[in-house]
Amino acid sequence: MIVVENVSKSFVLHNQGAATIPVMKGASLRVAAGECLALTGASGAGKSTLMRMIYGNYLTSSGSIMVGDVDVARAAPREIITLRRHTLGYVSQFLRVVPRVSTLDVVAEPLLATGTSRADAVQTARDLLTRLNIPERLWTLSPTTFSGGEQQRVNIARGFAYPYPALLLDEPTASLDPVNRATVLAMVNEAKARGAAIIGIFHDHAAREAICDRQLDMTRYTPGLAA
Amino acid sequence: MTDYNFAYLDEQTKRMIRRTILKGLAIPGYQVPFASREMPMPYGWGTGGVQVSAAVLTPDDTLKVIDQGADDTTNAVSIRRFFQKTAGVAVTEATAQASVIQTRHRIPEQDLREDQIIVYQVPIPEPLRFLEPSEVETRKMHSLEEYGLMHVKLYEDISQHGDIATAYAYPVKVEGRYVMDPSPIPKFDNPKLEMAGIQLFGAGREQRIYAIPPYTQVVSLDFDDYPFQPTKADHACGLCGAHDSYLDELIVDDEGGRVFMCSDTDYCATRRRAGHVGTHGTPFEEDAA
Amino acid sequence: MTPLLQVENIAKFYGARIGCADVSFDLYPGEVMGIVGESGSGKSTLLNCLAGHLVPDRGAVRFDTRTGGLRNTVTMSEPERRMLGRTDWAFVHQHARDGLRMNVSAGGNVGERLMAVNARHYAEIRTQAIDWLGRVEIMADRIDDRPTAFSGGMQQRLQIARNLVTGPRLVFMDEPTGGLDVSVQARLLDLLRGLVREMRLSAIIVTHDLAVVRLLADRLMVMKDGHVVETGLTDQVLDDPQHAYTQLLVSSVLQV
Repeated sequence: MIVVENVSKSFVLHNQGAATIPVMKGASLRVAAGECLALTGASGAGKSTLMRMIYGNYLTSSGSIMVGDVDVARAAPREIITLRRHTLGYVSQFLRVVPRVSTLDVVAEPLLATGTSRADAVQTARDLLTRLNIPERLWTLSPTTFSGGEQQRVNIARGFAYPYPALLLDEPTASLDPVNRATVLAMVNEAKARGAAIIGIFHDHAAREAICDRQLDMTRYTPGLAA
Repeated sequence: MTDYNFAYLDEQTKRMIRRTILKGLAIPGYQVPFASREMPMPYGWGTGGVQVSAAVLTPDDTLKVIDQGADDTTNAVSIRRFFQKTAGVAVTEATAQASVIQTRHRIPEQDLREDQIIVYQVPIPEPLRFLEPSEVETRKMHSLEEYGLMHVKLYEDISQHGDIATAYAYPVKVEGRYVMDPSPIPKFDNPKLEMAGIQLFGAGREQRIYAIPPYTQVVSLDFDDYPFQPTKADHACGLCGAHDSYLDELIVDDEGGRVFMCSDTDYCATRRRAGHVGTHGTPFEEDAA
Repeated sequence: MTPLLQVENIAKFYGARIGCADVSFDLYPGEVMGIVGESGSGKSTLLNCLAGHLVPDRGAVRFDTRTGGLRNTVTMSEPERRMLGRTDWAFVHQHARDGLRMNVSAGGNVGERLMAVNARHYAEIRTQAIDWLGRVEIMADRIDDRPTAFSGGMQQRLQIARNLVTGPRLVFMDEPTGGLDVSVQARLLDLLRGLVREMRLSAIIVTHDLAVVRLLADRLMVMKDGHVVETGLTDQVLDDPQHAYTQLLVSSVLQV
């Protein structure tokens, strides 16, 4: 489902004397449907960077990134937009929302964007929020004022609202208490069971062990850090 | 014998105006620009109508001049005398006997014939002017037949007054193409715009002439659910008893007493001569002038 | 799939000075394209060339018309272009005063485009006007008020209602939130996002505010000195800028 082949990335900072900073070299990986791969490595090893490149948020300097039939490294913006809507989900580390939109609408959005009726989308949103223990009285409020843990759970609800065939999870259990962490892990397992290919970053060893089938240490692809 | 050229204007000017008139007749309702001349009355006093009349008059014509339906107001009298002096044409107050009728703000009650010409005095020829001040833009709107704005005006009337409040200068669509301002005639007169006579409209200050040839379709603008209605005061003429003519309201004493009378003086006089008497009227006698 | 708008090599010169040059892109139904740049970058010139307000010196702007397929709007006759401007296209100006009739009621403003395409039933026009005012969150009891009695944010929302009432497929917006209070901006952006999604609109939005494009635009073009220096997915251009100027722009934005 996800095939990364020989991917490299450098940043060129034009306003700092055109300093070139290579951050990744020759990264490759494969994730099949129903599999969960964990990216590991010290901070700065490029885990989030690779995830963003797979999502199309960062450009790839060289190599290919296949998600299904689409090479994200080469695809036109339009194709990536379609991919993000129907195929590839991304739960980032921080919740980023349009101000003043209610929590229900935030979570329902991926469903609305794919043509689900408003009634069904909102119902799914309610179910997810209930499962993640977000109290009903918060549902009509904007999540921008919530605590870190609440925001993270809203983020996860949004990421899991639509059944993406491929999912990228960046620290999904950080800032969660044990009960909610268990819920999230269960949700990830359910996604695996329905055939989603998942790449995750988990600082939490236990979580990593619980749901990931394989691990990949990104340090070997980081110039300057590789042994 | 006068020192004036026939009907005051020189022959070249009359030709220019006649060419303009022909163009106006060929494109019913379209405002044709013309080189309006300095006339011996100020702008706002009928210079457009006077120039059109001057261009169409011939020595054999009989001229009638009315102002708000009356032959005997100051302005009607002035203009009539102007043409008597400069053209020497016969004049009349009887609509049926006139071959050219110059009018300010009314159409005579009596139907006009194919051999009659009616000349309207027009202050602002552009029906869209008060909503769109730019001349460039209104010309484009006419040429592209973009008349949505005209209905906006009517919409505003209904939303503010509960009905289309425009009582005079009610916009019309001519031969299904141009939207036209029929001059400040009361909307009661709009149906008469479909007639057998030739209609010419002259705006001197704005320098435009437009025309409606005989038997041309003239439709007053409206909404499907607010259809056009040619309304008048719900009274009969106090002098001649007519129910079907447009009425003037006259305050007769300082106790609020009022009489309604036909605005069209010739129509009223003709009816009274035939023996009709209204509630305030006395049987007809030849009036002192 | 046919693009809704196909822009090819558009250029506009003012004597020897470049207004904009070498601009090409395709826009598909439901896509929102943001054009950012600082003053003098050429973004407004470009927008006006695309929307038919200016005649470009070079290039073509092809629009997928309902009946005639892809047609070059630059070479279209003026009546056709004006008709397009009243039906399939919409233009939201920076200053509501440029996009509204200030001496006509809110209902009349919204109803005008309907009356321009021959709506002739007063009650129906009014019903549609009330519906649209509701969608832009203006109370129905303001329908007979003039825009002069509205706040800046309300005027802008009225402008949007006036433009969208005929169901256009492409909306051009020139700094739609410029000059509005921050909270009002947020509300307007919400509204625009919702309408774009519900109506499957395509939009081209010119702004100097990067936060607006992040919220509204799928794709982004960065302009400098009349040229497009970078283009791509909005989040990619803002998070991983390649061009020196884009990097400067992004790093200059104040974080709250």
